[in-house]
Amino acid sequence: MTVRVLLFARYAELAGTPELEIDLDPDRTVGELWDRVRERCPGLRPVSETPLAACDQAYSDPTKVITGSKEVAFFPPVSGG
Amino acid sequence: MVDRLTRAKIDMEEMRRRVESPECGAVASFSGTVREWNDVRQVLSIDYSGYGPMAEKILEAIEVDLGRRFAGIRIAIVHRLGRLSVGEASLAVVVTAPHRREALEACSEAVESIKARAPIWKKEHYVDGSSWIEAGRCLPSSGKPKTP
Repeated sequence: MTVRVLLFARYAELAGTPELEIDLDPDRTVGELWDRVRERCPGLRPVSETPLAACDQAYSDPTKVITGSKEVAFFPPVSGG
Repeated sequence: MVDRLTRAKIDMEEMRRRVESPECGAVASFSGTVREWNDVRQVLSIDYSGYGPMAEKILEAIEVDLGRRFAGIRIAIVHRLGRLSVGEASLAVVVTAPHRREALEACSEAVESIKARAPIWKKEHYVDGSSWIEAGRCLPSSGKPKTP
């Protein structure tokens, strides 16, 4: 399946793009997708922390299996307000 | 349909009108503004960016959750995105309630929840560079393409 990956803030800057598409085997987790994103975007490899993630705009753990999610976002700690 | 994210100047009077009611004897409000100094660095401006659709959902969920927990309150939240100068408001919360305690507590909780959960980020611009702000840390910007 094809997953639309969104990157925000510092991660988008490091990757050089705010968005990419990744073909993923079924039953892969959010954490495994992050590994794939970092393979595609070398600029993200220095990121050492576990990113925050959201599947279809809802916060998700790295262990969550991506089933039917069209959009998965990865982002650094938030700093609104 | 209320826009909780805006690129325009925040209008707190409009927010107050939206939540005022004859049953409410208390109005509590909070406004977060751009500070000129972050530790020893002089801030010229801050760029706020967000994951728009998710941020809207989170802000709405915060309003709904507080509305359930504090009887009789009405709450309005607006967060601004884009480039803000020193002194401009980035966040505003207005709460009305029958009595002051609920208004003050709900307003404070709303601000803490927004800062902890809303997918919004700030990038500070200084005289001599820029930094992403993440959980109180300053991380250097590589200066590559702008985020959406």
